[in-house]
Amino acid sequence: MKQTSPTASVPGEPAKPGTHGVGDRIFSGLAIGSGVFILALLAGVAIFLLIEAWPAITASSDEIPGGDGLVSYIAPLAFGTVLAATLAIILAVPMAVAVALFISHFAPRRVADTLSYLVDLLAAIPSIIYGLWGIAVLGPALVPLTEWLADNLGFIPFFEGPASTTGRTMLVAGVVLAVMILPIVSAVAREVFTQTPRGLQESALALGATRWEMIRMVVLPFGKSAVVAGSMLGLGRALGETMAVTIILSVSGGVTFNLISSDNPSTIAANIALDFPESSGLDINVLIASGLVLFAITLAVNMLARAVIERQKLDES
Amino acid sequence: MTAAAADPVPAKNGPTVRTTGVAKRIDVADLNIYYGAFLAVKDVTMRIQPNKVTALIGSSGCGKSTFLRSLNRMHELIPGASVEGSVLLDGRDIYSPSMDPVSVRRQIGMVFQSPNPFPTMSVYDNTAAGLKLNSKRMKRDQMDAIVEKALRGAHLWDEVKDRLDKPGSGLSGGQQQRLCIARATAVEPDVLLMDEPCSALDPIATLAIEDLIEELKQKFTIVIVTHNMQQAARASDITGFFNIGQSGDPGILIELDETDKIFSNPAHKETEDYVSGRFG
Ligand SMILES: Nc1ncnc2c1ncn2[C@@H]1O[C@H](COP(=O)(O)OP(=O)(O)OP(=O)(O)O)[C@@H](O)[C@H]1O
Ligand SMILES: [Mg+2]
Repeated sequence: MKQTSPTASVPGEPAKPGTHGVGDRIFSGLAIGSGVFILALLAGVAIFLLIEAWPAITASSDEIPGGDGLVSYIAPLAFGTVLAATLAIILAVPMAVAVALFISHFAPRRVADTLSYLVDLLAAIPSIIYGLWGIAVLGPALVPLTEWLADNLGFIPFFEGPASTTGRTMLVAGVVLAVMILPIVSAVAREVFTQTPRGLQESALALGATRWEMIRMVVLPFGKSAVVAGSMLGLGRALGETMAVTIILSVSGGVTFNLISSDNPSTIAANIALDFPESSGLDINVLIASGLVLFAITLAVNMLARAVIERQKLDES
Repeated sequence: MTAAAADPVPAKNGPTVRTTGVAKRIDVADLNIYYGAFLAVKDVTMRIQPNKVTALIGSSGCGKSTFLRSLNRMHELIPGASVEGSVLLDGRDIYSPSMDPVSVRRQIGMVFQSPNPFPTMSVYDNTAAGLKLNSKRMKRDQMDAIVEKALRGAHLWDEVKDRLDKPGSGLSGGQQQRLCIARATAVEPDVLLMDEPCSALDPIATLAIEDLIEELKQKFTIVIVTHNMQQAARASDITGFFNIGQSGDPGILIELDETDKIFSNPAHKETEDYVSGRFG
């Protein structure tokens, strides 16, 4: 489909048709086997969650923590989860694309190599460290900014305030998550940007395109679906991220778009991590039910990503 | 300019009003072309005449593509690559510090060996790609007219006029190459460089492109690299023969002359050996 040149098929193959067939069968057996295994694993997880969540799903609403039923319990958590992850994606993707482009098309070789190594290193930092950094460094550092936002842009619901004085806000959680998913998104983008066929790039330049015009004309369209795919990977990670959010976010539980106050919705994963050790009985089933919702959200995101990528492939061919 | 006057053949080209894209002459002087420290092409001095087709021939690896790419500053895109000497486009040195390589490439267009329309763009957008550059704004009907003209000029219009909005990569190889020619000519360059434009095409598509080249030289100065002796003999007015001593040596321009003379009565023995197929 893409620009691969038609290479001739390997000559001199049909020497031993017998072994050929066996090899093929082993390979296809392995391939089918692992496919089935992964499906079974996925189904197993789903079934486990469903069974364990069932008592909570069927329980009467006053038995659920909060007393308003399962939906009212999980909805704010799901909201917080999606809000934090969306914020992270919005912050991370432009940055990641910029970093990837800088590495693939602007930086001199040595700078590019060092930089991509450093960005990859970001992925190796444990999330607890990010959490500590968020609460100890980034949060306090962003307090003046959030105060300014509350004072000057307070009419926008996101910056309504009052600004948290500790910096344990949704905004800080989002920024930390963005830094955490930056490496994966930029690695995927960088990889595909550097694979943009040389001939296409040269054609654009030979038409009198500047480097930036060439990138817009050839590199970005070529890498678009990979950037979407990388973003979805990042989104998946941000949705499930637990430790950093648990540490950073000061939680009150309500549903709010206010990103800079100290009243924040928690996320599903952080809530499970915080509450699970002290829970027993039905409360555990309730937490698992929230886990089921997280599972469903992640699955939906991934399926959406697939659909987007498939659509683009169709458009291109 | 002097272009039309100097060239006796397309006399009818004279009165055509053209604001840009007047075929221009190229004077190459003492050009050395490097990849890093490796001298790939040495000491080329030649004049490329306007409204003529200049063919460059020579064995593989002697630096034809390298030389061609140094004529529109594509060569310097390769890390470490550099040139010495001068390339004058109607007297202006394209390598002078005040020259912007982007504007050089706009004036000296290029068609590559493998047809490579932009895969995410339609036939129309491929043809118009160069027109939309450098933040030029153009009215839709004006652009339509230029696209149609370029596609007609590339002998492609009748084949694609009903599917202008379909992807350019859906065309046949020969059609794709003509699309690339339309794309390169739509911006009305002064010079058109072609690096083995027919090597991926069948004989019929090749002849179609040769016909096209014959017509394009009314408007452009054309330089074409080819491995096909018949093609050089058929399609060009002037032929330059490059050769290389041993591998590792730089390529040099052995001889540049009227095509007829190169193929019937060349001045150098090497050229004769090469064009008569008695080479290495
Ligand atoms: N990107 C590059 N980096 C380093 N050396 C190169 C590069 N491209 C070409 N060369 C070298 O420069 C010399 C000339 O190559 P060039 O591609 O110009 O030859 P050519 O005459 O076009 O050959 P062909 O007829 O096979 O296309 C060769 O020795 C080649 O190895
Ligand atoms: Mg070549």
